[in-house]
Amino acid sequence: MDIIAEIPETEYVLKCTSACAGCGDSLALRYVLKAAGPDTVLVMPAGCTAAFQGVYPKTAYTLPVVNIAFSAAASCASGLSTFLRAKGKKTKVVVYAGDGATLDIGLSAVSGAFERRTDFLYVCYDNEAYGNTGMQRSGATPLGAKTTTTPAGKPEVKKDIDTIIAAHEPPYQATACASYPQDLFRKVQKALMFTGPTFVHVLSPCPPGWRYSAEKTVEVGKLAVTSGMWVLYEREQGKLTISPPSKAAMKNPVPLEEYLALQGRFKGIDATTVEHLKERIAGNFRRLAAEEAEP
Amino acid sequence: MRKIATGNKAVAEAVKQARPDVVAAYPITPQSEIVETIAEYIATGQLESQFIPVESEHSSMAACIGASIAGARTFTATSSHGLAYMHEMTNWAAGARLPVVMVNVNRALAPGWNIWAEHTDAIQERDTGWLQVFVSTVQEAYDTTLMAFRIAEHNDVLLPVMVNLDGFTLSHIMQPLDTVEPGDFIPPVHTPNPVDPAHPGGYGTITGPADQFRFRYEMERSMQQAKAVIGETEQEFARRFGRTYGAAEEYRAGDADVVVIALGTLGKEAEVAVDILRNEGIKAGSVRPRWFRPFPDLDLAGKEVVVIDRDYSFGFGGVLAHAIRSKNLTKVYCVIAGLGGQEVTYDDIAEFVRHRRIGEEFWFGVNDRV
Repeated sequence: MDIIAEIPETEYVLKCTSACAGCGDSLALRYVLKAAGPDTVLVMPAGCTAAFQGVYPKTAYTLPVVNIAFSAAASCASGLSTFLRAKGKKTKVVVYAGDGATLDIGLSAVSGAFERRTDFLYVCYDNEAYGNTGMQRSGATPLGAKTTTTPAGKPEVKKDIDTIIAAHEPPYQATACASYPQDLFRKVQKALMFTGPTFVHVLSPCPPGWRYSAEKTVEVGKLAVTSGMWVLYEREQGKLTISPPSKAAMKNPVPLEEYLALQGRFKGIDATTVEHLKERIAGNFRRLAAEEAEP
Repeated sequence: MRKIATGNKAVAEAVKQARPDVVAAYPITPQSEIVETIAEYIATGQLESQFIPVESEHSSMAACIGASIAGARTFTATSSHGLAYMHEMTNWAAGARLPVVMVNVNRALAPGWNIWAEHTDAIQERDTGWLQVFVSTVQEAYDTTLMAFRIAEHNDVLLPVMVNLDGFTLSHIMQPLDTVEPGDFIPPVHTPNPVDPAHPGGYGTITGPADQFRFRYEMERSMQQAKAVIGETEQEFARRFGRTYGAAEEYRAGDADVVVIALGTLGKEAEVAVDILRNEGIKAGSVRPRWFRPFPDLDLAGKEVVVIDRDYSFGFGGVLAHAIRSKNLTKVYCVIAGLGGQEVTYDDIAEFVRHRRIGEEFWFGVNDRV
């Protein structure tokens, strides 16, 4: 049976939002909401997704959206979920927050909400910079990537939020990318089956920010996975399973240069930095493979 | 029921009787006793509520906002740095028209580290759209906290309420407390348009200038309507429980030639000073504004005014004095006193009145006394 047939046709993101052409974030949102279904409240901090929902009194999303300050999504959702559960309501509470809101300004609230076992799904859509404010670097920006505040390329490596989340021992966490919609859909559905805090980290290629042509979003996302820059996996009750596309990439990775060459943000990256990125990919593969083999 | 309690315990007692659905809080001196007591009530089944032990005050207000949007009655307590840290979210709670009730135990802000009473923390929230009330006794802390829930959730108000009590001089002192059975004085929770997947919509979405402007205007309209709601609530409280305070509490002010105006415990202390001055033949009185937002209309015609500010707006002056001057078009003698918990006695207050220099500013303990 073709698993894509399981993805419902119902749309929760209306057409003609003000998202940029080829927006990886809006693509991810579409599948996340399809997986969550109609009995869902979205909590959304400042970010691209909050911006392209439209201007009051209109909204492009057909689910209730609680907009909240940049660093406050996890804590706001914590209050919301706590009250709904106390009232016996099963309504899903889904935070949809960018990398800046999650890894940087909202990190203490994220950590607090996970430590308190908030019953919610936290989705971090990661375009590896502050997209909505014009592509300034964030903690999620990878080594060597140019942003408007790292014009010579970011000298530091990407913050490993997934390991930080893992330290909170959530019942379920996963990484995903909308270039693999079935995988994303299934992981969101699975996350929502658990009680407690769950986390899905979605790589969201960004044409204007990553400086590639808008029709290449799916291709760029796939190259991120096949090159090993982004690894798809899930960790269920602490047990890691590397997802099939990344399993394949670990055996036979596409040269990283193919991924980098597609994107203007890596233009002019020096050989040493590329080597450093490759070493990190190899190290990441080894670490995850070892964890999967011996949890 | 007659008992003895600290200001903090009195607040916790009132919160228990108001039955909030969610209490989200973070500890800070001198407030911690409030949330510790509430946590104890919940743990021992005396209060059926959800206690969210957040990791910061920014998150305590955000959690109250999230719960309130879902239709919960919410409470939190904080002080000083905690209030400053949640400032972004206090704006959000008011702008989202959420009737969160918060007790702020007034305390100075660092540096240097100072845990004692000062009103700067609350004054810095002046323009957020919160109703602010300052109390002066343990009983008043209890009564006002109860009333705060009813006022905040009134359909003509729907704005958050901040109850302020002075750190240590009220939070930690013990006075007699007469508790009541509030019954339906506290009605079921009222938060219109709670979030509901059956009726999807955006809360706090991007808003253009015309709508944003209108929302701000509606906040001010509700703030003005709150004056009547506060009056009605006080009347109803008096009818049921026999105690009343007013938007401002006057003491021997009617025929006074000179009135002392101060917030919180200093405003209460001024009443003793008034008696001392009256015995000397000085026709003194005192006016203690309880509500700071909405600011009450005070009748000060023909009186000399001495304002004691336990706060300061650098480069301008005392904030209460500024409010009195601008609302009443009158000159005042502005005394800056009590910052960082500086001790101010009724004898000191009597001295301020005796040596008043209308139109001037005096920093108690720094400037010359005469």
